[in-house]
Amino acid sequence: MISLSHYLILGAILFSIGIVGIFLNRKNVIIVLMAIEVMLLAVNMNFIAFSHFLQDIAGQIFVFFILTVAAAESAIGLAILVVLFRNIQSINVDDLDQLKG
Amino acid sequence: MNFEASVFYFFSAILVIAALRVITARNPVHSALFLVLAFFTAAALWLLLEAEFLAIVLVLVYVGAVMVLFLFVIMMLDLNLEKLREGYWDYLLPSLIVAGVMVVEMAVILGGRYFGLAAMPHPPAAGADYSNTKALGRLLYTEYVYAFEIAAVILLVAIVAAIALTLRSQKKNKYQAAYKQIAVRRSDRVRLVSMPGEERDRGDAP
Repeated sequence: MISLSHYLILGAILFSIGIVGIFLNRKNVIIVLMAIEVMLLAVNMNFIAFSHFLQDIAGQIFVFFILTVAAAESAIGLAILVVLFRNIQSINVDDLDQLKG
Repeated sequence: MNFEASVFYFFSAILVIAALRVITARNPVHSALFLVLAFFTAAALWLLLEAEFLAIVLVLVYVGAVMVLFLFVIMMLDLNLEKLREGYWDYLLPSLIVAGVMVVEMAVILGGRYFGLAAMPHPPAAGADYSNTKALGRLLYTEYVYAFEIAAVILLVAIVAAIALTLRSQKKNKYQAAYKQIAVRRSDRVRLVSMPGEERDRGDAP
């Protein structure tokens, strides 16, 4: 039988894949956004697994709100990306040095 | 291995492979499509966990809206892929160390002892008349109604922000700027040039 720890470890693996994705694709903002989506998916997986095994539906409510906020986040992130590309004709993180920080 | 376990391992394998391809695919379009596959597979796993409403919401909202938005943006931008792939594998070793340590740590904590079947047995399956959507809606509109309304406001803010960021005011009609016309001075329009006097032509004229 599949226990809770199976789902939690699957979530941990997904989360780590997201982190590796941010490390590897540090120049490409689009893939970084996608890696963040993978990490959010891992978090949601944990919430739903706990919600199922503890028989508490509040976890699913939380996933609902995470989905909402993640949709808003990616919409604004992509809008910023489009404006960025319009201004500097690139989405390379190395080119984002106008602030000279 | 019973049916549930085989379904779980099948979909988990697809999910992990799809997630790996998301971060390693050369073409961002392929990454987005593999992310779609990952969302579909995660929805199947959520169905296994009896979260039917969220599984279908994941497919409808994420695959149907967010990923299509991603694909739109990727295809709209003219990306220089070679430049973006430069030095791609440079940080492979540190990232693998970080991720490997994280997975091992979490596996040690999450494995068997505290979250295994002995500590957390399977709950009884819900009856045929149980509706996940109904239960979720009942809780969402009573206990979590303020949070629900805040979520609505967040979505509205996201709409306004996305439009405000990307909107370009178009200069379609030409018009006279009256304030500029009034403020104009003689010196702006007339320029007096002093030139040396010309000699008058003598005699050659017919």
